[in-house]
Amino acid sequence: MIAHLPVLQVLVPLLAAPLCATVRNRRVAWAVAVAASWTSLWIAIQLLTLVLADGPISYALGGWAAPWGIEYRIDTVSAFVLLTVSAIAALVTLYALKSIEREVEASRVSLFYAAFMLSVAGLLGITVTGDVFNLFVFLEISSLSAYALIAIGQNRKALTAAFQYLIMGSVGATFILIGIGMMYVMTGSLNMADLAELLPQVSASRTIPVAFAFLTVGISLKLALFPLHLWLPNAYTYAPSTVSVFMASTATKVAVYMLIRFFFTVFGPAFSFDVMQLDRVLLPLALLAIFSMSLVAIFQTNIKRMLAYSSMAQVGYMILGISMASVTGLTAGILHLFNHAMIKAALFMALGCVMYRVGSVHIDSMRGLGKRMPWTMAAFVIAGLSLIGVPLTVGFVSKWYLIQGALEKGWWPVAALILIVSLMAAVYIWRVVEAAYFQEFPGDDDDELKEAPLAMLLPTWALILVNLYFGIDASFTAGVAGAAARSLLGVGP
Amino acid sequence: MSPETTVVLAFAIPLAGAVLIAAAGRLPNLREAVTLVTSAALLFVVASLIPEVLAGARPSVDLVEWVPGIQLRFTVEPLGMIFAGVAALLWPVNSLYSIGYMRANGESHQTRFYVAFAVAIAGAIGVAFAGNLLTLFVFYEVLTLSTYPLVAHHGTDDAKRGGRTYLGILMTTSIGLLLFAIVWTWQAAGTTEFTEGGILSGRLEGAQVGLLLFLFMFGIGKAAIMPVHRWLPAAMVAPTPVSALLHAVAVVKAGVFSIVKVLVYVFGLELLQAEPSTRWLLYVASFTVIAASVVALRIAFEQGNLKRLLAYSTISQLSYIVLSASIFLPIAAAGAGLHIVAHAFGKITLFFAAGSIYTAAHKTEIGQLKGIGRRMPWTMGAFAIGALSMIGLPPAGGFISKWYILLGAFEADQYFAMGILVASTLLNAAYFVPIVYMAFFMEEEAPIGDHPDSHGHGEAPLAMVVALSATAGLTVLLFFFPGVPLALAHAFTGGGP
Repeated sequence: MIAHLPVLQVLVPLLAAPLCATVRNRRVAWAVAVAASWTSLWIAIQLLTLVLADGPISYALGGWAAPWGIEYRIDTVSAFVLLTVSAIAALVTLYALKSIEREVEASRVSLFYAAFMLSVAGLLGITVTGDVFNLFVFLEISSLSAYALIAIGQNRKALTAAFQYLIMGSVGATFILIGIGMMYVMTGSLNMADLAELLPQVSASRTIPVAFAFLTVGISLKLALFPLHLWLPNAYTYAPSTVSVFMASTATKVAVYMLIRFFFTVFGPAFSFDVMQLDRVLLPLALLAIFSMSLVAIFQTNIKRMLAYSSMAQVGYMILGISMASVTGLTAGILHLFNHAMIKAALFMALGCVMYRVGSVHIDSMRGLGKRMPWTMAAFVIAGLSLIGVPLTVGFVSKWYLIQGALEKGWWPVAALILIVSLMAAVYIWRVVEAAYFQEFPGDDDDELKEAPLAMLLPTWALILVNLYFGIDASFTAGVAGAAARSLLGVGP
Repeated sequence: MSPETTVVLAFAIPLAGAVLIAAAGRLPNLREAVTLVTSAALLFVVASLIPEVLAGARPSVDLVEWVPGIQLRFTVEPLGMIFAGVAALLWPVNSLYSIGYMRANGESHQTRFYVAFAVAIAGAIGVAFAGNLLTLFVFYEVLTLSTYPLVAHHGTDDAKRGGRTYLGILMTTSIGLLLFAIVWTWQAAGTTEFTEGGILSGRLEGAQVGLLLFLFMFGIGKAAIMPVHRWLPAAMVAPTPVSALLHAVAVVKAGVFSIVKVLVYVFGLELLQAEPSTRWLLYVASFTVIAASVVALRIAFEQGNLKRLLAYSTISQLSYIVLSASIFLPIAAAGAGLHIVAHAFGKITLFFAAGSIYTAAHKTEIGQLKGIGRRMPWTMGAFAIGALSMIGLPPAGGFISKWYILLGAFEADQYFAMGILVASTLLNAAYFVPIVYMAFFMEEEAPIGDHPDSHGHGEAPLAMVVALSATAGLTVLLFFFPGVPLALAHAFTGGGP
């Protein structure tokens, strides 16, 4: 069983999907989803432990050896991302029980869980695989199910948002496919490790840089890196709350992983940064993303949309870390992948609780909620503090490494920008705090509005506790991220 | 009990107290008892550490490894002992005062008040015992966040605005400047540990030292060096017990403590003396000393708000400490450390008196204080002692610390600094003496409007009077028996002249 864990990581949610679809009963579908996602989490923990102890794991699908067969390859960074995605999925399925009942029609709930399981399977598959075409297949699985998930709610605007995402996402996926195709044409291989060996021999040709360019654009689209981000705000805003939680904390993270995988493992840091000068492209875009998205977030009145813009700024942080191409920078990027997933998931979960009770996430609906929904708003405040980067939260740890990375490279203005943007985050989080705690609740005193159900509060607070625990003792997460960074850059153990 | 356990206990007691206070929220008398017992326990624990530290022990406890290579660590040294000692000594007194004040004024949200207070004290202890810059930063932020609900306590529009200014300035300076400085230090020195002689010698030179100093001095916004001082008067919207402890003791003292600690243990006095790019600090501090006193003088002249005058007096006095430290000599740094104690005792007395006047007579403006000394002799007597301490006259403790600061300035041939000190002494006298004179030697005015309490009132409630008499007593006691604080102050700079 242990030997087959890599493939089981994907198979368990993948098989759970049709099971959920065929089951009519909503509760049973939910139970199947919970079982599948928690099993995935267990598998991810096992894989991380194995990788940390013994080094990268290689698994040949069906017993057919690479490079002809599909290989699943798990190293430190993949295991870390697997853990992140499966942990979020596990908590989200618990959270979904109540949230989905409100936001999705009863007849579609089983379909929701089916699509959700497919999305989880797709994301985990991208992370686990060592074959580029297999990656594309899983990318499509996760994207298509994501489009469905966004549109499955009762909000009509969600249909347009999903369609917009579908078009842009398909363009992105096609670009990635073109890039893969070009690499295949030049090398005859689809296996990542194999490509890493073969590409240097053919990189003089014009095809490979073009493939590189197509991949960069395609992945940037999936990442919602400025200026290819236009699909994200609507998708996050109009999707059902649970879907926003899940997508905000996993989809873009896995896209960051794809970027890391392609540019550090397949092409190699030497080609990507010295020859193709990827940092010259990514750095300005990252800085623009960080600043402009935070600025726009300040002016939003729909809190989900505000957090969507905030997410794009945070993705900018990750790309900034990566573009430093140093151990510290890459550690910061990988660490923020995990940290931001925890932060955003908690924030969106708290908003989902508000949506459940109040029915709206407009800033005016947040008035007076500090007293009515104390636990929900407390969770929002703590997660907000984490977003700003206050010590004792995970957000601070990411900031620390990012600033350190910037100062190591002598990029003083970048370090200053990171701090300025933290203050901007303080402004937009503060607006919500002010509404919730310092303004009067507009309804009557005997209004029925009360705290969110326990089934939604518990996962939210579980994430808050994760935020705090790994903010106080970040030695594990920072250690793993550091180890991953060093192995990706080929620097020492 | 080993010193290490004591250190952890000192931090844990106020936190545990906060939890217990919250639990006892529905039973006010029990809740108040918990506060008093917790604060007494903290005092006992902190006091027990003093002999150890004086004997040369530097107990160190690693709390947790934050990221690989950096620990959250407590290390007790004499300066930290001074700060922790002051906080621990004044918390019980302030709790007693708060009980009297909150009940007499019928304040709401009292449980939230006492809980936030306890967490703030825990933050102050965390700052005092911090063993490296990172730990200091963590608890510095905890202190800001936990005092916010105290500042905005009343929930009125003014309170909200004041709270916003408070949080805004402190968070902006700490995230924007202080964090930058800390990461830069980590980068340059490879460590953030507080070490005797500093960690930067040989790592940074020339203008970089001056720039890093700039980031630290203005990043530590709690020291209220102009122009990042506006949060202090803004925070006067808080109830007076908050103003008393937090702005006379915990918050502002955390600020100047951090400054002195950074100067002595991160930069090192020798490095600072050697580099010309650090000279500006003396002049900036001097400017704040004088400018804040001038504003206070103007408030006195216009007979304006008493608490606002005290706020600007605090800004001025805090810069005494920065000024003294910026002479970069051990004896001056000792004077700075001593002034932390003297100012704490004096200022808390003054704020207690202000709150006492408000509670008994509902008066807030200086102009209303004519003849009040006859009705409230204990209160105004204590006020007079506090004023003496601010001016720096015997028999108040402020005299001792001023003496050392002057000695330090003299030794460094800093005639400019000495001039500043003399000028500010005169300014202090100019705004405090008239108030005392008015209170005792002028006739009470006929009341305007018919507030029931503004005529025919007596002293404040007993709890408040006991508290302010105690702190006034401490101020005088410091003059006659400065032994322990003086020994600690000398110890942390490795001896006198």
